[in-house]
Amino acid sequence: MFSEYLKTHYDWETTTAEIMSMTSADVERALAKEHLDDRDFMALISPAAAPYIEIMARRSKAITERRFGKTVSIFIPMYITNSCTNSCVYCGFNRHNRFDRVVLTPQQIEEECKAIKRMGPFENLLIVTGENPAVAGTDYIERALQVCRPYFSNLTIEVMPLPTEDYSRLTRSGLNGVICFQETYNHERYKVYHPAGMKSRFDWRCDGFDRMGMAGVHKIGMGVLIGLEDWRTDVTMMARHLMYLRKRYWQTRYSVNFPRMRPSESGFQPNVVMSDRELAQLTFAFRIFDPDVDISYSTRENHTFRNNMATLGVTTMSAGSKTDPGGYATYPDALEQFAISDPTSPAQVAADLKALGREPVWKDWDRVFD
Amino acid sequence: MNNLVIGGREFSSRLFVGTGKFRSNELMEQAIKASGTEMVTVAMKRIDMDNRDDDMLRHIMHDNMQLLPNTSGARNAAEAVLAAQLAREAFGTNFLKLEIHPDPKYLLPDPVETLKATEELARMGFIVLPYIQADPVLCKRLEDAGAATVMPLAAPIGSNKGLVTRELLKIIIGQSRVPVVVDAGLGAPSHAAEAMELGADAVLVNTAIAVAGDPVRMARAFADATRAGREAFEAGLGAVGDYAVASSPLTSFLD
Repeated sequence: MFSEYLKTHYDWETTTAEIMSMTSADVERALAKEHLDDRDFMALISPAAAPYIEIMARRSKAITERRFGKTVSIFIPMYITNSCTNSCVYCGFNRHNRFDRVVLTPQQIEEECKAIKRMGPFENLLIVTGENPAVAGTDYIERALQVCRPYFSNLTIEVMPLPTEDYSRLTRSGLNGVICFQETYNHERYKVYHPAGMKSRFDWRCDGFDRMGMAGVHKIGMGVLIGLEDWRTDVTMMARHLMYLRKRYWQTRYSVNFPRMRPSESGFQPNVVMSDRELAQLTFAFRIFDPDVDISYSTRENHTFRNNMATLGVTTMSAGSKTDPGGYATYPDALEQFAISDPTSPAQVAADLKALGREPVWKDWDRVFD
Repeated sequence: MNNLVIGGREFSSRLFVGTGKFRSNELMEQAIKASGTEMVTVAMKRIDMDNRDDDMLRHIMHDNMQLLPNTSGARNAAEAVLAAQLAREAFGTNFLKLEIHPDPKYLLPDPVETLKATEELARMGFIVLPYIQADPVLCKRLEDAGAATVMPLAAPIGSNKGLVTRELLKIIIGQSRVPVVVDAGLGAPSHAAEAMELGADAVLVNTAIAVAGDPVRMARAFADATRAGREAFEAGLGAVGDYAVASSPLTSFLD
């Protein structure tokens, strides 16, 4: 399992030092290669690569077009509960935050489905929950999948890490993908941000990806939260984790996310701030490092930046997102998990992409493959 | 140079040598010594199993030499498994080069039978090194089936054509989690060096050494080339190309 592999193969401090010691020669070597390793990736995200950003953009654009064409895949999240037993210091769903918790009923979930379908021709749905196995465990998630199944051709969940058997069972119920953010790969500091609940267990979360792979989940989404620890070290660990998973679970598709933290009700302010230029550099680096990985941007990123990046390496975007359970139909005013930076309507997102010479792809999966 | 580990055994030489096609067993022995190899393949069908003093074997076996019996001759999984069991019995090793080529002309390996045999042999405790097409998906399937390495071919066996399958080998090397041994078709030391520069873990050479004007010197040349290629790979090859750009049309939105 990866938690063990991480411990025996990589050291946080050494990795940070290695990234900061990269030179322009390392960057040029990485850019000349066809198959990059983690060291090349480190060179491309290092400060030494900053002057190469235009070359990286060009390379990233070319690779993306070759592999994905001029398309961007569109999905929408549906939050079905904000009930949570964790106390992640940066999250609006923190159990210490006092507000009425919502657990949508199957009927309400169906109303949300209908409301989403009225907003646009969505076929890729991301079902999101807080982490509370007592009220929203595997049975509840399975029921939600069954309710959503007739409305969407691709169902992904972002929920607490589950045992292998549960991933297998949900896959049999029509689940296609699982997204789980490790948030940070810094084992020591992880506990500071995730002091209680199941999420405080670093290894259990980290090894969740092996469990997804063993269960035959079609697509695995990974992510680190930018704003906690040194982002360069964190994304390097994620790149290594991706390499590790690709070698073992080679029939699975992968996506990566690197959301930048925004202010939440808990009042947690990011420890590290990443500029647009740095996020662009990271996105290009990831594309050059892994031509096949799906790179996803959420509505946390603003409209103009998202649009510009949509032609340079990003392959999946959310549109029309509400991050509060029942936000589309049931409780339009409930509390959000995080503030949204791009409130553009789905139709506008599609029109913008068209104007950029990009085809918005709503459907790229069919139930026949489940 | 890092050592290579296969089946729990360490190898400091990354050149494996085949023992067919030599003019004499004496010459073969000298070539093996000159190559510095620690692993030699021997066709189980060439050995007289009942004769402990088989001449060929006597010239191969030296201290620290890993014998890699192969199943050459087998046309399907069942024959290969039987040959493997006999080889284990005779040579006292679990190492096995799995070769199944039903086609007598190009001796191209049968992927379906090879996968089937690998599954079975791995279950029986063999350290299986399957000889296969440079097929990246097949390599992953073999890995899942318990193969100790994969041995994709560079070109048809005995053809001396070099890295004809270069693009596929790159993919295989990039995604493998077992050692990749490039086998078959390497006709010159530069081919071996190139395979090693790509990141192959080892190469297996037979014909190019055995039929050279001077097999002993050729064995030495392959040893040098293999070492040089590996050294270059570990050292990190330099950049090729010119990256000067004047303007920044794609990233001006970041200004």
